[in-house]
Amino acid sequence: MLYREAGQFKTTYAEDMAIFPIRQDRMALAILLGIAFIGVPLLADFDIWPFGSDYLLRAILLPFLILALAAIGVNILVGYCGQISLGSGAFMAIGAYSAYKLGTGVHIPLAWLDFAISIPPLPVLLSILLGGLAAAVVGILFGIPSLRIKGLYLAVATLAAQFFFDWVFLRVSWFTNYAPSGSVSAPTLDFFGLNVGTPIERYMLCLIFVTVFAVLAKNLVRGNLGRQWMAIRDMDIAAELIGIRPLYAKLTAFAVSSFIIGVAGALWAFVYLGSWEPLAFSIERSLQLLFMVIIGGLGSIMGSFIGAAFILILPIMLNLLPTQLGVPLSTETITHLEFIIFGSLICYLLIKEPHGFARLISIGKEKLRLWPFPY
Amino acid sequence: MRMPDTSEVLLQVEGVSLAFGGVKALRDVSLDIRKGEIRAIIGPNGAGKTSMLNVINGFYHPNRGAITFKGRTRAQMQPFEASRGGIARTFQNVALFKGMSALDNIMAGRTLKMRRGLLWQMLRYGPALAEEIEHRHRVEEIIDFLEIEAIRKVPVARLPYGLQKRVELGRALAMEPDLLLLDEPMAGMNLEEKKDMSRFIIDVNDHYGTTIALIEHDMAVVMDLSHRVVVLDHGVKIADGTPDEVKNNQAVIEAYLGVAH
Repeated sequence: MLYREAGQFKTTYAEDMAIFPIRQDRMALAILLGIAFIGVPLLADFDIWPFGSDYLLRAILLPFLILALAAIGVNILVGYCGQISLGSGAFMAIGAYSAYKLGTGVHIPLAWLDFAISIPPLPVLLSILLGGLAAAVVGILFGIPSLRIKGLYLAVATLAAQFFFDWVFLRVSWFTNYAPSGSVSAPTLDFFGLNVGTPIERYMLCLIFVTVFAVLAKNLVRGNLGRQWMAIRDMDIAAELIGIRPLYAKLTAFAVSSFIIGVAGALWAFVYLGSWEPLAFSIERSLQLLFMVIIGGLGSIMGSFIGAAFILILPIMLNLLPTQLGVPLSTETITHLEFIIFGSLICYLLIKEPHGFARLISIGKEKLRLWPFPY
Repeated sequence: MRMPDTSEVLLQVEGVSLAFGGVKALRDVSLDIRKGEIRAIIGPNGAGKTSMLNVINGFYHPNRGAITFKGRTRAQMQPFEASRGGIARTFQNVALFKGMSALDNIMAGRTLKMRRGLLWQMLRYGPALAEEIEHRHRVEEIIDFLEIEAIRKVPVARLPYGLQKRVELGRALAMEPDLLLLDEPMAGMNLEEKKDMSRFIIDVNDHYGTTIALIEHDMAVVMDLSHRVVVLDHGVKIADGTPDEVKNNQAVIEAYLGVAH
């Protein structure tokens, strides 16, 4: 079957505005979703390779899904609204620790008032979402400087958020429920009476979260608000003159982005790590997310997924490949090789296509439509 | 060409002065724009024409003077307030949103008319979808009017200059403005493109009754298009009147051709 849109006529604007207006794309997506939602659980259920062990689910698919979700959040801010942020790790941490506090019960002693605020432990789903909300509120606060400063200077301001919250969660023991080691454990994952424990259950949980948020994010970026964000990114003066308020556009971008990143942070802590330390959300996480977005494609929801896959999965593949092929190399050499190959691949990609994988794919599609003719 | 049917003043600029440090961009300039007319602002380079437009739509704040728009007098305002009041503009150097398609650029012009909040847009269902489609209809009318159907899905960065100017006009029209400010709409265009653009400007004025203030260097175009012309030189108004009056004004001729000392 060729990749052609001939004969596919759109008779309403709603059809023309669909996310995938071309039938072949819709089918590809349906197949992909089918594999993710039905195929993987089935294979895992029958213990068929490569799901015989939990490794693929636990060490690859789970982190991939959660980081792809975080990358969507970063992409909204950096890719769509053009506000560079180096504080994504901090927002993940805020989501994680807020969800943790809400999930284990909040107790704020107000000694001077002879009074204490106590909230009993909330259900896990609610605490994850409220964790995202907390991240959104902090995101708005740290987004306020963006009204005055731009580009690299803003990046430095968001870096301040990163270091500040690294410090807060390390030093303020209230957040860790006074755990002596600073490490905390997630509450049991009960969703409406269903306990999520096995890797495949955790995978399904994250998959549902990611799918829902990806659709919502896509709806936002192709709607009026998304156009406002991109207008601010591309030409803020002209945006202002057509009636877009920079304050509203930038702060909503910070809020939505931080909310998604916060939810991803809560999932990362609760579902993937189980128990964690503040180190899990350091500056390296922020940079990793930023690279995912840049390599995947700024201003593309699909790019966030591809970027996450590339950054996360390729090093693992590179690491496994020599052993699988039976090449006698020491683990150390393999690790060095992994860095060398991975680094040069990133350089090569960014030189060949600075707009990332998403652009590569759209160019590929354009060519494919006309294939075998060049134009 | 249709003459404006009223002498009602839409915008009145009174004694506006604007200085950047020692540079006096505008000195005590007064002018009026009547409802439904095409008003040209001309003058040699550095005369203060673009500064005048920037003052009108709130991008520059004048040091002195007042502006009355639709009966409301003010010393200054923010650009988004101007757009809310019904002032749209295009730029001398095309200021489109480069990463977006022509369609999205024009849709962005409808921002002020769209009411649904973040949560509705997120769901893109029911009223939010209906609103999006309704505005798409209006935008398609503009696309139709400007004859840019074929390029609606093309990222504007890929379009040739003449078409970019047209998309920019479309974005301004999408705001359904009462006053449209055009800053050199024909700069850098060839004859064909100038003819097209002139036709669009006359049509906008004719069909929608939009009041237009334009800056243009091509005198033939200015004299043909505009109902009234104001001439600035070194930030001072030196002439104001119908094209014929301005053409024969001694001060204008001297400003353009120079004068023997």
